[in-house]
Amino acid sequence: MSRRQGEGGRIDTAAGACADAAQAYDLSELSFCYGRPGAQDVRWVLQDVTLQVKPGEILGIVGPNGSGKTSLLKLLAKLAAPQMGDIALFDRSLTGLSQEETAQTVAFVPQENAQLFPFTVAETVLMGRFPHRQRSNWSLGFGWENQDDCRAAAQAMETMDIAHLAARLVTDLSGGERQRTMIARALAQMPRVLLLDEPTAFLDLQHQIGICSVLRRLRDERGLTVVIVSHDLNLASQYCDRIAMLKDGRVAAMGTPSEVMSVENVREVYGCTVLIDAHPESGLPRITLPGPSLPVHP
Amino acid sequence: MMPSAGHPTSSSSAMTSPSPTLTPNLLPSGGHPIVADRPFQGAILTRSRWWAVMAVLLLLSVILAMLCLQLGTQYIGLGQIVGLLWSALFGAASEPDALRTTGVILLQVRLPRVFLGFLVGSCLAAVGVALQALLRNPLADPYVLGVSSGAALGVAVAVLFGIGTTVLALSLLPVCGFAGSLVALLVIYRMAASYDRLPIHSVLLAGVILNAIFSALIMFITSIMEPNRSFGMMAWLMGSLTAPAYPVLSALSAYLLVGLVLLLKQVRVLNILALGEEPARSLGINTERTKRVIFLLAALMTGAVVSFSGMIGFIGMIIPHAVRLVVGADHRLLLPASALVGGMFLMVADTMARTLFVPSEVPVGVITALAGGPFFVYLLVWRKDRLA
Repeated sequence: MSRRQGEGGRIDTAAGACADAAQAYDLSELSFCYGRPGAQDVRWVLQDVTLQVKPGEILGIVGPNGSGKTSLLKLLAKLAAPQMGDIALFDRSLTGLSQEETAQTVAFVPQENAQLFPFTVAETVLMGRFPHRQRSNWSLGFGWENQDDCRAAAQAMETMDIAHLAARLVTDLSGGERQRTMIARALAQMPRVLLLDEPTAFLDLQHQIGICSVLRRLRDERGLTVVIVSHDLNLASQYCDRIAMLKDGRVAAMGTPSEVMSVENVREVYGCTVLIDAHPESGLPRITLPGPSLPVHP
Repeated sequence: MMPSAGHPTSSSSAMTSPSPTLTPNLLPSGGHPIVADRPFQGAILTRSRWWAVMAVLLLLSVILAMLCLQLGTQYIGLGQIVGLLWSALFGAASEPDALRTTGVILLQVRLPRVFLGFLVGSCLAAVGVALQALLRNPLADPYVLGVSSGAALGVAVAVLFGIGTTVLALSLLPVCGFAGSLVALLVIYRMAASYDRLPIHSVLLAGVILNAIFSALIMFITSIMEPNRSFGMMAWLMGSLTAPAYPVLSALSAYLLVGLVLLLKQVRVLNILALGEEPARSLGINTERTKRVIFLLAALMTGAVVSFSGMIGFIGMIIPHAVRLVVGADHRLLLPASALVGGMFLMVADTMARTLFVPSEVPVGVITALAGGPFFVYLLVWRKDRLA
């Protein structure tokens, strides 16, 4: 397929219209470190990462602490730039896109969300409309939200089950409510790609499952591409289409949950033995922590 | 274990909205829920609320200004004030002799002073709002961060070398103040850049140290000056709103108003920046460039303000805090509203400074510091849960 010709440099955001061979993300031999690569004791956070994210799939990134999961997600969101290698977003190099063009296509939900200023939930979600704002010199930097913005925000809030919190202050929310607010903000951005860093970390069981099924619904309805970093191997196994398992900044295993979630892979990457059987309902791999009789390091 | 189908926590019930009015909007795939504006009622800043708040504040500013114009060593009635302002503006019939001295007091002394107070207060509050959003620190304030003392040092150096003594070169003082405050902000900017997010107390510590260094240098400069000049220097440093002549005052106001308008152009961006560095970038803001622009504006405005009124502290912290409690966090309203309230606050504080201890005049910086210092401690100790 030929290179997509964007109108005025913008990527066509009508999802599904061109769901062709173009990969959502195409990473080739990506290497990344914090600081300068020429320094003496440079520690590469990511090394030779090559992977593709297909449009309309949910890709899970798992791995132990310090394996580079979050860094990889930040590279995808253009919050950091790789020292080596290239990232293509729907066939366009990420380095060639401005921060704003990226934000019109990609939404990022960070892991920790300490809120200092008492914005309301509705105001916070509406901030997701910022990349799509109308620009005119007459509005001074005010840029009042229009009907479309409000509609997108209201829809996102309903999707995340926070519509009833609209007037609450984000500083007064519980961790789970705040997390859902941040995801709603990302959805209000109307992205083609949604990047989430540990979205279920602060959530109770009901909302963990709720968020995962919303992500699947958005994938099915809008063709949304989702990349999700998670510590929860079971959640990744049940809800992701494919899983990339990272170890020390390299892709140790990549494929469908059934291919990746094996006792050998988990032992290799995490250094501990787990029990894996088939989920009684879905048949997908189910990971169970070992009983006290099993040795941690075989 | 994993919940099976039909279990109460299955996906469909998990996402059912508890709010009865919104439940029907959860339509199956493809359906767009019909959303009225109702869910946002009172939850977001609307244009009508913006205008309402600003109108009230403007009206209040005018009323307070009239009040401040009345008070002083000589009381001037409201009728007289209106009459004098009218004749001054429209050059009406020549006033009787009895009114002439009153006219001089009002137009040459009190009016420019009240105006300067309002302008300085506005700018300090606006800069405070911008710095708080930028550093994600509700305690940021040009005075606390050492930006004001940086500007004061710049001005002191200029005065020492006689740059500010001639009328023609008076316009150089704000430039020197700008240079000084830029140095202070640069230090803070470098610190903020080297951390992912600068912890609140580190910023304060940086401010303390910058303040100590700059104060020492200012003391040094003051002590090697001629005694009569150093006395004037001290009076200025403690914050005074002795208004300059009208040409200088109008030049200053033009300069500051441009700064305010440029800052107003960043209000929506400030909202996003207040979320944090990474969220702001992921929403498409070139944070490095934006931060530089806002820091530069803050330095320009602080420099100009300090070069005329000395070190007037805490307005940039108290006012935005109080205003935020009332009007909310949206900078589109917070910044202009804080500017108006800051103007009113300093105008009133200066009137108190002029009138409370007649015939002595208290430096207005003393009054704002006495009001702001305890407030700062209150925030630091009793509201620390909000500052973490």
